[in-house]
Amino acid sequence: MFFRLLKNPKRKVLLPLVFLCVSPMVSADWFALNMTRGITDISNEVFELHMLIFWICVAIGAVVFSIMFYSMWAHTKEKNPVPATFHENHKLEIAWTIIPFLILIAMAVPASKTLVKIYDDEAGDINIQVTGYQWKWQYRYLEDEVSFFSNLSTDLDEIYNLVPKGENYLQEVDEMVVIPAGKKVRFLITANDVIHSWWMPAFAIKQDAIPGFVNTAWTVVDEPGIYRGKCTELCGKNHGFMPIVVKVVEQDEYDDWVYGKRQEAIKLAELTTKEWTTAELMERGEGIYEVNCVACHQTAGQGIAGIFPALAGSDIALNNKDRHIEILMEGVQGAAMNSFDYLSEVELAAVITYTRQAWGNAENGDGEIVVPKDIVDYKEPKI
Amino acid sequence: MSAVIENHHDDHHHGPAKGITRWLYTTNHKDIGTLYLWFSFAMFLIGGAMAMVIRAELFQPGMQIVEPEFYNQMITLHGLIMIFGGVMPAFVGLANWLVPMMIGAPDMALPRMNNLSFWILPFAFFILLSSLFMEGGAPNFGWTFYAPLSTTYAPPSVTFFIFSVHIMGASSIMGAINVVVTIMNMRAPGVDLMKMPLFVWSWLITAYLLIAVMPVLAGAVTMMLMDIHFGTSFFNAAGGGDPVLFQHIFWFFGHPEVYIMILPAFGIISHIIETFSRKQLFGYSSMVWAMLSIAILSFVVWAHHMFTVGLPLAAEIFFMWATMLIAVPTGVKVFNWVATMFRGSITFETPMLFAIAFVVLFTIGGLSGLMLAIVPADFQYHDTYFVVAHFHYVLVPGAIFSIMAAVYYWIPKWCGNMYDERLGKLHFWLSFVGVNVTFFPQHFIGLAGMPRRYPDYALQFADWNMVSSVGAFLFGFSQILFLFIVLKTVMGGKKATGQVWEGAKGLEWTVASPAPYHTFSTPPKID
Repeated sequence: MFFRLLKNPKRKVLLPLVFLCVSPMVSADWFALNMTRGITDISNEVFELHMLIFWICVAIGAVVFSIMFYSMWAHTKEKNPVPATFHENHKLEIAWTIIPFLILIAMAVPASKTLVKIYDDEAGDINIQVTGYQWKWQYRYLEDEVSFFSNLSTDLDEIYNLVPKGENYLQEVDEMVVIPAGKKVRFLITANDVIHSWWMPAFAIKQDAIPGFVNTAWTVVDEPGIYRGKCTELCGKNHGFMPIVVKVVEQDEYDDWVYGKRQEAIKLAELTTKEWTTAELMERGEGIYEVNCVACHQTAGQGIAGIFPALAGSDIALNNKDRHIEILMEGVQGAAMNSFDYLSEVELAAVITYTRQAWGNAENGDGEIVVPKDIVDYKEPKI
Repeated sequence: MSAVIENHHDDHHHGPAKGITRWLYTTNHKDIGTLYLWFSFAMFLIGGAMAMVIRAELFQPGMQIVEPEFYNQMITLHGLIMIFGGVMPAFVGLANWLVPMMIGAPDMALPRMNNLSFWILPFAFFILLSSLFMEGGAPNFGWTFYAPLSTTYAPPSVTFFIFSVHIMGASSIMGAINVVVTIMNMRAPGVDLMKMPLFVWSWLITAYLLIAVMPVLAGAVTMMLMDIHFGTSFFNAAGGGDPVLFQHIFWFFGHPEVYIMILPAFGIISHIIETFSRKQLFGYSSMVWAMLSIAILSFVVWAHHMFTVGLPLAAEIFFMWATMLIAVPTGVKVFNWVATMFRGSITFETPMLFAIAFVVLFTIGGLSGLMLAIVPADFQYHDTYFVVAHFHYVLVPGAIFSIMAAVYYWIPKWCGNMYDERLGKLHFWLSFVGVNVTFFPQHFIGLAGMPRRYPDYALQFADWNMVSSVGAFLFGFSQILFLFIVLKTVMGGKKATGQVWEGAKGLEWTVASPAPYHTFSTPPKID
């Protein structure tokens, strides 16, 4: 888009216009120069440590560069036509080996102390399992039996510059992690597919989420508020599009939230036994498809040649209902397609029905739908 | 050190062959050096074009010119091409040209292997680049290719990538063996180890590092190949494997690799600062010891790239302290360079400008490296643009400025013509401004919280990203001027003397400019 603008013969008019359009949107960020201080004791300590090393580095740089710039000014061939002949000085050399060594120890000791504080894997008041998926986060509250996915909620139109970008562009999710203020919260961090990394700058927590490993991190946040973080390990196509948002609330508000989440889960369970029409399943399925499947299989189910198979016209989506359910429940060994068995029976039935009906699949194949009961049956132990 | 000038031959049938076969069949260290240098220049421009795509996409928030999938291919190939195609072959080219002349040897010790080690490289990069046109696209998992993103979840072209890395590794190992054998066996009488020019020392150490770690890289990619095609589970947690094992193996290669890309630069800069300060290098032996300590320490710091993978506390503390220790020998080198300039008689020709910029900007990169070593702070820096700023400061105005400095410094010896000093200085200033405008703001973007390898970003990072992109375009397009200057020098210009630079010392300056096709067929005499 911006290349096209540059090529435009009217660019002399257009370019300043582009900058005009851009600058109000991005104002006041010239001052985003330093690390954010954070809001926990640990993150404050990390910030102080960062500033300490920073100023030590500035001081070292200032001394070394000023001597160097002085020689560049005073010892040019014009001003100093006959160079000195010294080429070693043992005392000086020992000094500039020992002194930096001592400075380093002065930096490493407080750093090690802070690190010892951070390394505390005792259980928290609240323990949350965080699982990275391509490209979303799942949060499971181990005591409160609450579980949900957190997806980017920024509209694709904002990303593709079709509509103006909102204030929290790429930093907003459909469901925030809610934690109570003043309680020790421990995160147990892992991943389901590739390596991700859970970063919350305000808490100074960054832990890699690695399949097969559980890493821990903890925090105590006193100030209620909304804090935003990001995935910091390249995890594929939508690495830049799986933000983290934590909402810290007072204890009673937290209790209400937990109650609400449990009620939601009960309602969802009731839906499993309901009689479903194709249209209802389709409607629900489309939403689930857009959150879970569209990144790989694309909006019209066409996939991406060579990496992600097309669903539109796929033999499995057309004529093989059993295999279709099996793929969603078990994943495909050795391929990017993972098991989606963490979705509810209703969600699975809806999304399978949607992909069997949409894009002309109903007309070209057997058009069979899948109802939640089918998923329940699949999950029954096989004899 | 003095030497007998050796630049005439009655041995006529030993001149270069005519036409393309001169380059295909050559076993001459100077021809092979030239091939390596032009090859790395071509790769530098291709890798640079990819950087332009990256910075164009990041010019503004939102997706404008590429899709995230292609963006990931660009960052992956940019890294691989610049490291394995740009910087490393350029240093091998310089070693080929300079090591035999600096130690008074007639050629490299293993000339046929020398030819082979160069000529497999174009195939490696042809394979790597051709993956861009394959179904599923080029490798898209970053130059560090962490499993399982690079195994179970990789595009099919990953197999071509593995083959290509194997070829690059074979080339590097052969090149390194050649350098070691040459330096150990072919020094002219009187060129003792502790009298060797520092560039030769730096390459001797680099070559040992290469021989030690390239097989480790080969092992890592072979294990990937097994996981992808032969049903093993080295890195697949579902099969009982360990994804973190990949990172340990990769960085056991990767950290020494970082020094492979900077040690030869240390050698080059030492020569240039000595020459243009017209004063003997300060602390020669401490320079050698510093390089040796850096090389040895490079084997015990690899996990500082992995502070967030969940290492035990003791490991975090060990790797933090070991990493910080590297600052001591590195500091010694910087202090020695400054002390060499101190009370010298300095002039500022283009190579010297690049060398001074190297010392300043490499030191900035070194200091941000020290900050990254502090584990608690690294939890905030890790995988953000702060890291991108750090390693570009040590690689662009570090490794690449040293290569440019070396080209300006030795090109009169290579082709017998002086480069255009006015254009050289213009190239320097454009590059210097471009590099700083590109990478300095990335410190801010990173500290403010923008992760690396993001094709799109939140609005608060927009201002400095735009500045960084403008700087990148300036730096990128300035390199066309470099190409022009080099071509102009090769084709003509003021004739260079044998000595070229008033203050230059070393055997290569005792032969005519351009250096005859064969030098030191009989060893020079050294006091």
